[in-house]
Amino acid sequence: MSDAATIVSLPDQSTARIPKMNFLSKENGLLSWLLTGDHKRIAILYLISITFFFFIGGALAGLIRLELLTPQSDLVATDTYNKLFSMHGLIMVFFFLVPSVPATIGNFCIPMMVGAKDLALPKINLLSWYLYMAAGIMMIYTMSAGGVDTGWTFTTPLSTHYVNTHVITTGLAVFIAGFSSIFTGLNFIVTIHKMRAPGMTWFRLPLFVWSNYAASILMVLGTPVLAITLVLIVLERTVGIGVFDPAKGGDPLLFQHLFWFYSHPAVYIMILPGMGVISEVVSTFSRKRVFGYTAVAFSSVAIAVFGFFVWAHHMFIMGISNYAVLIFSLLTMLVAVPSAIKIFNWAFTLYKGSITFETPMLYAFGFMGLFTIGGMTGVFLGASGTDIHLTETYFIVAHFHFVMVGGMLMAFLSGVHFWWPKMTGRMYPEKISQLAAVVTFIGFNLTFFPQFILGTLGMPRRYASYPPEFQILNVFSTAGASVLGVGYLLPVLYLTWSLKYGAIAGNNPWQATGLEWQVQSPPLTENFPEIPIVDHEAYDYEWLERQKENEVASVG
Amino acid sequence: MRLPVSDSTAVAHGAAEAAHHEHPPYQRHHFETMGQQNDATNFAMWLFLLTEIMFFGGLFTAYLIYRNWYYPAFVEASHQLQIGWGTGNTAVLITSSFTMAMGVWAAETRRKGTLVLCLVLTFILGLVFLGIKTIEYSEKWEKHHVPGFHYSVQSFVNPASDPEVYKEYHDKPLAMDMASKTEMYFFLYFAMTGMHALHMIIGISILGYMIFRAQAGAYTTGHVTFVENFGLYWHFVDIIWIYLFPLLYLISRHQ
Repeated sequence: MSDAATIVSLPDQSTARIPKMNFLSKENGLLSWLLTGDHKRIAILYLISITFFFFIGGALAGLIRLELLTPQSDLVATDTYNKLFSMHGLIMVFFFLVPSVPATIGNFCIPMMVGAKDLALPKINLLSWYLYMAAGIMMIYTMSAGGVDTGWTFTTPLSTHYVNTHVITTGLAVFIAGFSSIFTGLNFIVTIHKMRAPGMTWFRLPLFVWSNYAASILMVLGTPVLAITLVLIVLERTVGIGVFDPAKGGDPLLFQHLFWFYSHPAVYIMILPGMGVISEVVSTFSRKRVFGYTAVAFSSVAIAVFGFFVWAHHMFIMGISNYAVLIFSLLTMLVAVPSAIKIFNWAFTLYKGSITFETPMLYAFGFMGLFTIGGMTGVFLGASGTDIHLTETYFIVAHFHFVMVGGMLMAFLSGVHFWWPKMTGRMYPEKISQLAAVVTFIGFNLTFFPQFILGTLGMPRRYASYPPEFQILNVFSTAGASVLGVGYLLPVLYLTWSLKYGAIAGNNPWQATGLEWQVQSPPLTENFPEIPIVDHEAYDYEWLERQKENEVASVG
Repeated sequence: MRLPVSDSTAVAHGAAEAAHHEHPPYQRHHFETMGQQNDATNFAMWLFLLTEIMFFGGLFTAYLIYRNWYYPAFVEASHQLQIGWGTGNTAVLITSSFTMAMGVWAAETRRKGTLVLCLVLTFILGLVFLGIKTIEYSEKWEKHHVPGFHYSVQSFVNPASDPEVYKEYHDKPLAMDMASKTEMYFFLYFAMTGMHALHMIIGISILGYMIFRAQAGAYTTGHVTFVENFGLYWHFVDIIWIYLFPLLYLISRHQ
C-alpha cells in the first residue's frame, strides 16, 4: 500500500475554510440543541449519547473478561457477575446496537441521500431522542440501585418469580427505548416513501437507504410486540397477572415466543443498517457501482421478511415440537441466502475495482470477514442437531459477538469514519485511524475466536467460574479484550482531536456519488440550497466525473 | 402523532425562509408542498396504527392460546360479563366514531360550530364508555373476580352460589384445577380492556385539548390533518373494541 494509492482529494489547506453558514454554526447555546428539529443535530446528540452508553457497556464487558481471567470466581461475587453480563447485554443491545447506525448515521444521512431537507417528522425525531435519554437515565438508575440479573432476555419465570433485582425499572426502560426505536423507524419509512427528491426513484436510492428501510420495517412491526411482552412482565411482578406463570395456568414458553418474535428481528435491526454502510463504503473505495444493485436492495427486504419467521430457533432446547424445530431450522437456513447475496455482491464489487485502503474500507474488510464467520457459525446453530450441542455454550457467545461486534460495530466505525468529514467538515487523521482499525481487528479475533473453541469444548455461558483446563483460552480472550479496548478508545481520542485540528475536508473528500457528498461539509441546516433533481443512478462514477468536468469548464 | 401548534419553535428557520414562496402558515419548512405534508403525516399515522395492532397482537395471541387450552373455564368466566353493558358500550363507541367522522367532515368543510359540537359529543361518549366500564369493573371487584386481589373461584366450583348468573346459564360446576383457570380469563379480560381503556383515556385527553383549539378556530382554516389523524386513532381504538367485545362477551356463551 503506497501513499499514492488514495482517492482522498482535499482542498488546498492554506486557503480552505469551513463554510461559515452550516448546521453547527447556525444557532448557538444548549437550548438550540435541546429543542432542535434538525435531523443532523439530533444525529449528533444520538452519537454522543450512544458513545456514552457504549463505553458503559464496554466497561462492564471489561469486568466480565477480567473475572474470567481465572477459573475461580474471585474478582466479583457470582451474583454480581450475573448482574454484570445482564447489564452489559441490555445496554449494548438496546442502548447501543439497535440505535447505533440508524439513529446516528441514518438520521444524519437519509434525508440528504433521498434529497430532502429533513426527516418527515422532525419533532417525532427529537422525541425519539428524549425517549432514548429517559430510558437511558432509568437504566443508569437501575444500575446504581443494584442492577438486574436476568440476562438481557428477561427469561420467565426467573424474571417474574425468582430474582429480587430491578426487573421493573429495567423492563420500563427497555419499553421506553423501544418507543424511541419505533419512532425512528416510522420516521425513516415515511421519509423514504414521501420525501424523495424529483427523479429519485426507488432504484436510484443508495443501498444504505434500502437497508435502513428494511430495518425500519422490523422496528415498526417487531418492537411493539416486545413492548406488550414487557408490560406483561411488569404486570406479573406488580399485580401478579399470570400470563407467563405456570402456577396460574400461564406458559413461560409463550413469553419466549413473544420475546423472540421481536428479539430475533432485532438482530436484523442491528445488522441491516451496518450492511448499508458497507455497501456505500465498498462502492466508494473500489470506484465501482455496487455489483447487482437490485439484488442487494431486495436482499435487505428479504432479510427483513425472513427475519420474522425464524424466531423459534432460539427455542430448540425449550421443548417446542419437533416439527416446529424442523420448519424453523429450514427457515433459518433461508436467511443465509440473502446474507450471502450481499457478501458475494460486495466481493464482486471489489473485483477489478480500483481499491484503496482508507480507514472506512479497512473496517469494511473487517466486517466482511468477521460477519461471514459469524453468519456461517449461525448456520451451525440453525441446524437443530448441532444447536442442541452448542447452544448455551461460549460458541453462541462467540457467534453473536462475531455478528454484532465484528459485524455491526465494525460497520458503525466504518460509517463514522466515512461520514465524519461530512458531519464535522474535518478529516480524521488517516494513519492512526488505520492503526486503530487494524488493532480492533486483531483484538477482536483474539477476544472472540478462542470462545468458539471454548464453546465446542463445552464451556457454558453465563458462569463466573469454569474448569481450570479452559483457562488458557480465556486468558487469550481477556488479553484480546484489552487490545480491543485500546482499539475503541483510539477513535474517541483522535476523532475529538480532529474536531479542532483535522484537515479541512471540502465537500467530497472521497469522490463519492451520494447526494450528501455534493453539498458543503458540514451541510446547511436545510441540507440543499435548492432541492436537487436526480437524473442519474446510484454509484454512477461517470456522472460524478462529468460533474467535475463541467465545474472546471465553467470556472475556465 | 404530531401536534400542529408551535410549528415555528422547534425547527430552525433560516434566512432562506424569507426567500420562500408564499406558503400557508401551517406548512412546515421541510415540505415542498402542502400535499406532501398531508400525505406524509397521514402515512405516519397509519404506520403508527400498525404498531398499535402489533402491540395488541401480543394480547390477542395470548387470548387465543389460553382460550384453546382452558375452554370450559373461558366459557363459564365469560358468563360473568353482562351482555347488556357490553352491547351498550359497543353502541356508545360506534356512535362516538360517527360523531368523530362528522367532526372530520365539519373541519374539512370549515364549519367551526359543528366541529366543536362533534368533538364535544365524542368527548362525552368517550366518558360514557369509561363510566360503563367502571361499573363493570366494580362488579368484578365485588364478586372477587379481579385476578391477583383475593380472587375467588366460588362462582365456578359452585355455580349455584351465584344465583344471578346461574339462573340464566345453569353452568355445571368446574373441577378445581379448571375453575382456577378462570383467573386467566380475567387476567386477559382486564389486560385487554384495560389497555383499551388506557387508549381511550389518552384519546379523551387529546380530544379535550382539541376542543379548545377548535374553538379558537385552529382546524377550520383548511388545515385538517390533525383532526383527520386523530379521527384515525379514534376509529382504531373503536375497532379494537369491536374485536374485544365478541371475543370476551359473546362467543361460546351457550354450551
